[in-house]
Amino acid sequence: MEIFVCVKRVPDTSENEIEVNSDGTDIERDDLVYSVNEWDNYAVEEAIQIRDKVGGSVVVAAVGDEESEEVIRREMAMGVDKGVLLSDDIFEKADGKGIANILKAEIEKGSYDLILTGAQAEAGAAQVGGMLAAMLDIPYASLVNYIEVLDDKKLKVGREIEGGNQEMSEIDLPCVLSIQTGINEPRYVGIRGIRKVASMEIPVHGSGDLGLDDSTAGEAGAKVKRLNYFVPDLGEGAEILEGSDDEIIDKLIELLKAKGGVK
Amino acid sequence: MKNIFAYITHKNGVAEDSALEMAAAAKRINPDSQATAIIAGSGPDLDAVCNEMASSYKEAWKLENEAFAYPNAELIRKALINVLPKGEILLMPHDTFGMDLGPGLSIKLDAAFVADVVDFEGSDGDLMKIVRQEYSGMVSSHVNCDISSGAVANVRPGAFQPDESKSANGQVIDKSGEIGDISAKRKFIEIVEAEVGDVDITKSDVLVSIGRGIEDEDNIEIAQELADAIGAVVSCSRPIVDAKWLEKSRQVGTSGQTVKPKVYMALGISGSFQHLGGIKGSPFMVAINKNPKAPIFQVADVGVVADILDFIPGLTEKIEGA
Repeated sequence: MEIFVCVKRVPDTSENEIEVNSDGTDIERDDLVYSVNEWDNYAVEEAIQIRDKVGGSVVVAAVGDEESEEVIRREMAMGVDKGVLLSDDIFEKADGKGIANILKAEIEKGSYDLILTGAQAEAGAAQVGGMLAAMLDIPYASLVNYIEVLDDKKLKVGREIEGGNQEMSEIDLPCVLSIQTGINEPRYVGIRGIRKVASMEIPVHGSGDLGLDDSTAGEAGAKVKRLNYFVPDLGEGAEILEGSDDEIIDKLIELLKAKGGVK
Repeated sequence: MKNIFAYITHKNGVAEDSALEMAAAAKRINPDSQATAIIAGSGPDLDAVCNEMASSYKEAWKLENEAFAYPNAELIRKALINVLPKGEILLMPHDTFGMDLGPGLSIKLDAAFVADVVDFEGSDGDLMKIVRQEYSGMVSSHVNCDISSGAVANVRPGAFQPDESKSANGQVIDKSGEIGDISAKRKFIEIVEAEVGDVDITKSDVLVSIGRGIEDEDNIEIAQELADAIGAVVSCSRPIVDAKWLEKSRQVGTSGQTVKPKVYMALGISGSFQHLGGIKGSPFMVAINKNPKAPIFQVADVGVVADILDFIPGLTEKIEGA
């Protein structure tokens, strides 16, 4: 099975406090820790497990600047066969549809049976996988937390739906699946693993290589444009308990007792 | 002005709460709008939902087909492409069905797509201004959406106060004849119900709920000791289940259990909307998190800014000693 996995380099929300910069044009990017988008990491692991079971190869691609190379290399160290960086100044500020269009152009240069994305990334849109499938005119399933290869034309997939239930379907290949966290346990990648793939070449494909139209490939073609970032005024929020640890604990116990939280 | 449509999801003959929230959302886009509900399904359940929606929407478009008994997004997409007029605005809930349907549908309609909308701030000509959240709710953003060729907007469940006025006096219109060919390459097999765990977190009045801040499987003991001391049960957010540290049945959230405790202690939980969506009945909520910007502090009653690994053992000790 030839598998293509889309990954993204994102600020790691578990490692950073995300704050809006002074003029609201961006988040504060100084000292941010970046990593591979968590969902994508599960997608790569799943791709590797499928390949190891039924044969084939796994290609990982990211749309981004040259910094995204480290993320691609990290995923390659998990056991991916090939990485490719889709990078061009003109791609900056592309919207979700623009990103899907860039990925589509790269995918059409090859021949893939299965395309995986993470279910969502830092902006929480959960959009690129579904758009990509529609553009390629192949079937799609989102929030996938189970994959079983039935034969070379069909998969059985489970989607995570409300209430922790799972919706099982059969889906024809080729298809696009967006992967939910928890589908597997992504393997650990150490420094040694990354060193092993340090010399592997990661080709860079720009707008011209992909045959894209520069007048629609980036911001110019975007129908959805972010105007600013802000911190909403959501009223008072929680009463934050202050004081020494002892004082806070006493106050908290008092409150919990009053509300029936201590039996 | 664009017409506004809302795709209604429903279960057992009853529309989801998002149905009336979208009626309110449509008024936020345009106060004068008369939105149309679109309801797909089959049998008496479908009729019940259509009739229900006609009191809140000017028109309730009924799409009846046996294949819609279980709504597969691929089938519904094909039907909507045939039924929807070109260039209008379609709302749907940003739930597991909307995420499956919205993005691809927007491509096929050549319409703009915006996901997980938490508010609309009107529209100016062909630009619709919306509010979203990014980075797990840590920051918000304003987004302009060019609706000149239409738009699909996935609306966050719970973000809009439902329009309960039921004053639309609308009518049900059967559009089943326009559904067209709905052969699909994805076929529904079955729903596998969530496994029932050894502990039923939905039955407990007090929950000690842990998230990423617990950092390590071995530290769960710290939360369990607190729970034992106050007579609570340990529940958790999604990352703890993903890491396989606790069973899925312990997970609170839209993709886990819906709980209705009297007291909810959120320990090291950032407070994503998916997690908060599983907490009903407005419990007294205590949030303890080392990140003062964690969204959980916006919804909690009482907060403590502290590393739970340092703070909780002291709290437990004091309660046990009391």
